Amino acid sequence: MELAFLVTLLAAGIRSGTAILFATIGEIFAERSGVLNLGIEGMMLMGAVSAYGVAFATGNPWLGLGVAMAVGGLMALLHGMVTISLRADQVVSGLALTFLGSGLSAVLGAPLVEVRNAPRLPVFPIPVLADLPILGPIFFNHNVIVYLGLVMAPLAWWYIHRTRPGMELRAIGEYPAAADVLGINVNRQRYAYVVFGGVMAGLGGAALSLAITPLWIEDMTAGQGWIAVGLVIFASWDPLRAALGSYLFGAIRRLPLDSQNLPFFLAYPQLGYFMNMLPYLFVILLMLISARSEMRRRIGAPAALGQPYVREERGV
Amino acid sequence: MRTQKWSAVGVLLIVALVFGACVVPQPGVPPAAPQAEAPAPAPAVGGVQIPEPVDGKFNVAFVYVGPIGDGGWTYAHNEGRLYLEQALGDVVHTAYLESVPEGADAERVIRNLARAGFDAIFTTSFGFMDPTATVAEEFPDVYFVHISGFKRNDTNFANLFGAMESMKYLAGMIAGARAQADGGNRIGYIAPFPIPEVIRHLNATAMGMRRTCPDCLMDVRWIFTWFDPDKERQAAESLFDAGADVVITGADTPGPVQVAGERGKWGIGYDSRNACDVDPEHCLTVPYWEWGPEYTRLVQSMLDGTFVGADIYFDVDSGSLGLLGFMEGQTPQPGVPAEVIPTVEELLAKMLSGEMNRFTIFTGPIRDNKGNEIVPAGVTLTQSDLEGLQGIPGREDCTICMNWLAEGIVPDAEIPQ
Repeated sequence: MELAFLVTLLAAGIRSGTAILFATIGEIFAERSGVLNLGIEGMMLMGAVSAYGVAFATGNPWLGLGVAMAVGGLMALLHGMVTISLRADQVVSGLALTFLGSGLSAVLGAPLVEVRNAPRLPVFPIPVLADLPILGPIFFNHNVIVYLGLVMAPLAWWYIHRTRPGMELRAIGEYPAAADVLGINVNRQRYAYVVFGGVMAGLGGAALSLAITPLWIEDMTAGQGWIAVGLVIFASWDPLRAALGSYLFGAIRRLPLDSQNLPFFLAYPQLGYFMNMLPYLFVILLMLISARSEMRRRIGAPAALGQPYVREERGV
Repeated sequence: MRTQKWSAVGVLLIVALVFGACVVPQPGVPPAAPQAEAPAPAPAVGGVQIPEPVDGKFNVAFVYVGPIGDGGWTYAHNEGRLYLEQALGDVVHTAYLESVPEGADAERVIRNLARAGFDAIFTTSFGFMDPTATVAEEFPDVYFVHISGFKRNDTNFANLFGAMESMKYLAGMIAGARAQADGGNRIGYIAPFPIPEVIRHLNATAMGMRRTCPDCLMDVRWIFTWFDPDKERQAAESLFDAGADVVITGADTPGPVQVAGERGKWGIGYDSRNACDVDPEHCLTVPYWEWGPEYTRLVQSMLDGTFVGADIYFDVDSGSLGLLGFMEGQTPQPGVPAEVIPTVEELLAKMLSGEMNRFTIFTGPIRDNKGNEIVPAGVTLTQSDLEGLQGIPGREDCTICMNWLAEGIVPDAEIPQ
């Protein structure tokens, strides 16, 4: 009984944490390169609405997924132009993109609200593995997009920590002047990673509207983009920890519901209010911690995060 | 046709993004302004554009708490507004404001609508009750109707709600019959908030379930929100994981019905008649609001000068409540067991004729989920009991207040405080 409870909780956590995971991995790359992107929420919303719209119009959810990634990438390109080329404030530009994304997605999505059966990404139990006890239901009986997340987290880790381009990525975020001396084109790489971050946010939005909550409803991300920004700090810019954090968040969202079946929680039903608050409380805490600069250094933030790189000026 | 629209949207999207480039450097892009039917320049209140009334018509304004695009509560109200326009034709002009926040802003919005010259104002969320009451005193010549509250002023301010519990009872019967036909005995219910309205609906559903499936048990998940697509889906998954055969939702999105389809189980939606569209194969029915007839009746009474600021609580016989698959011109969804159809039809006919209503359902003997007798045989709950009213001026206090869970709900379930 208790085991079954845990298994369904973890399976649900992995499923519903997937969208946050994509967005978090994308943001890790952008921040590792030195660009803070607070427009994740807006990009996820735009990704979600365009994925759902394209899937409905063409009947092909994969095309929807592709368009969502392109839309997320385009929005991030905008962020790149404003913050990297024009050297504007990264926080302001990111916030503006969030406003833009949530407003625009609501307008564009208005006719989609009544569409209730656009094609979705398929659920695919992996043969043999899905029948394993415990592990099967937790890991191997999911929507295809969930597997993509499971694979992508270790790949991202490997890229950042074990490859030459990954080393360059870390260099431009830590000490862009030194990287520049080594012949790395700092701004071009930053553009690439910021756009990649947007692509991943778009993918996260598409995962929501095509698989996890397969519908379009105004403001359907409900703050998940912000949770992703917070999770980057919790994960200390490490994709594997980001996976852990995302799945944990997914499970926390589910816990107050499942626990209504347990005798302990039945005795304290008002705990539900408290648990519903937890994820957001957690993000606020992380933000508070990371607001202090020495704290930020201690938890491993890229040293040049938030600062535009100008060759003529002294680097950090 | 929609498909074409969407190819166009694809192109628009790109254009919009390029256009967005010009906007980005300015912090604080203004949020999308709520639209109004009257396209005239008008004073803006706190970012909300107040629509203009049209001369020579009876002008009716609607204040919505959510976007029409919620596909549920506000959507159903807007359908009612369209019905009203259709029914009364050229005599009326309607306008609406969507996503109006509850609280101080609402009062300003309502006051400005009255000042702008609207003849009647409908406010469609519980949180608009006090603002509506305040403004109603200031504008005695304007009619005000508030939905889902309990205040009135006997002259120009009425409150309006309906006996959804009657339809929920029938939905419970269908769910019970389905579980029994599948050889199961578990029904799940997604309950938004521990308030009398929700508890009333939940209890009526449980009693309906017990009527067709005496050994069925109802599992409840409190989600503490009316509208959260992810949470509603998760609640449905949680219920199915716990063994439910049918999940009935009391919240706004059709997500739970979708989950039912994914699990090959059954779902029952809520609020608006299109809630089954996500998966008609696995959707048994939807108890839905049909605000149109009631809106039309009220506006007609304003036109005739017979409107009274009363407590209006309509039941099924008003024609303002629906049960998908069983109303005129509809056929039951494919998943509804054939055995239960005649019984439901018979009871619905009684409700439509007024012979049966919410009081019939809430007549003793009724036990709670722990086996205690709550309503003795022969006793019928009063309207105050059903609404759980206490200390409301002009209304009697409840004696058997709506703070118990009916028999059939799992015995150890409690109402969160």
